[in-house]
Amino acid sequence: MVEILWFKILLIPIVAIFGVCLGLFYKGIDRILVARMQSRMGPPITQPYRDFKKLMVKDNIIPVNSVKWLFNLMPIIALSTTLIILLYIPLGGVGPILGGHGDLILVLYLLIFPALASILGGFSSGSPYAIIGAQREMIVLMSYEFPLAVISISIAWLISSLNPGLNAFSFSVIGNNVIWGLVGPMGFVGLILLFLTLLFIVQGELGRAPFDVSEADTEIAGGVLAEYSGRNLALFYLANVTKMVVIGSLIIALFLPWNISNFLNLTGVLAYTSDLLFFLIKLFFVIFIGSTLIKAAAARFKIDQVVSVYWIYAVLISLFGLFLVSFDVIL
Amino acid sequence: MNDMFKKQEFSDKQKKVKKLKTQMKSLWVFNWFNSCGFIELIPLVGSRWDMERFGMILTSTPRHADVLFITGYQTIKSIKRAKRIYEQMPEPRIVIALGSCSMTGGMYWDSYNTIKKLDNYIPVDLYIPGCPPRPEAIFEGVQKMMEYIKNNKKMVSKS
Repeated sequence: MVEILWFKILLIPIVAIFGVCLGLFYKGIDRILVARMQSRMGPPITQPYRDFKKLMVKDNIIPVNSVKWLFNLMPIIALSTTLIILLYIPLGGVGPILGGHGDLILVLYLLIFPALASILGGFSSGSPYAIIGAQREMIVLMSYEFPLAVISISIAWLISSLNPGLNAFSFSVIGNNVIWGLVGPMGFVGLILLFLTLLFIVQGELGRAPFDVSEADTEIAGGVLAEYSGRNLALFYLANVTKMVVIGSLIIALFLPWNISNFLNLTGVLAYTSDLLFFLIKLFFVIFIGSTLIKAAAARFKIDQVVSVYWIYAVLISLFGLFLVSFDVIL
Repeated sequence: MNDMFKKQEFSDKQKKVKKLKTQMKSLWVFNWFNSCGFIELIPLVGSRWDMERFGMILTSTPRHADVLFITGYQTIKSIKRAKRIYEQMPEPRIVIALGSCSMTGGMYWDSYNTIKKLDNYIPVDLYIPGCPPRPEAIFEGVQKMMEYIKNNKKMVSKS
């Protein structure tokens, strides 16, 4: 038992470094793809690494008006909580490292923390632009939380009503009972609706176009990050790119938890490698459809439009999906 | 004592050159524009002269910026804001002045309130002439700056 614990503790920094590097890599791919969609050349794929390196050597300015300890603490909290979520989500063929200690509900709560850290950072920096950005970020956060909760609860309800006695919020149970196989045709349509809504929430969660009201470059000069520079900005940058991986793997864990090694009858190291590669491909497609494509295609919503899109349309669609799924199961 | 001071200065300079070399690979640009120079900067972001392929992107706040593009003539009122922006940028920072107006006052040379030479107010690292300069000229200027930093590093390590 103790040896397993030590092994897990050793794995934690490896997963953290892996997540950060993966996030920067996907950010590079994302920037190239957006550029190609706008018929530009785009930066080299190593550009996010260069940006990070540059931000680390730059001066770290702390404004006179700011609350200094909050201002310096919040980037660290944003990055560390994002990395903590990675430990609770299954990555590739292996289950979550801290799988026995936390489940979907914990992940949903932890997902609030990076946004909360940037809100507090914005409030503490003492710039009017940052304060407006923080208020907007808060509104976006409140908007997408409800459809996210509806989606996760409907998945858990589906599993628990068919297999009573199991912990339906645990990721290993969700991974073993693939939800697409549990429902009939009507429930299938409902699950597709839930899946599309979850893909639609990615952009709000990441704060990218069309939901980038909190960082609106042209209106409020960078929003919550307006006063950050140097190392603090680099940490926020890392937190944002890692969040992309986190949300992608959350979607994969909930809706696409297949492993390729079962189909190919592989064992040992080969199975883990093929599962990891398959996971990376799935992650690429989820990020491409959920984030890159929408970012390249859409312009920024106004703040009231963001609220109405999430609170009215996303909630209605996800509730309709839940209704279809429950109707299918009850019948 | 003097020797120590020199050594300190030397290592500081070396450090700054190293930082600048890292920075040249991803330049984040902040614009301070008064005139037609900015109109010529806009195509730089678009698909024809895509500046993102050199790692240059536009930022919206001077705190994120590495380079300050000052385009066109500055008046006595606007130079105060330009100075304020310059002071808000984190080190190491680069100032690039675009257009003839920033060098000599350009076609407004006999106006009562234009700044004739920007160097008297803000430490300008690079002037790009032109009325207004072509997008290619801006890339050439940035390239020259990269070469200068490379050579400067050699100079520092030799002496």
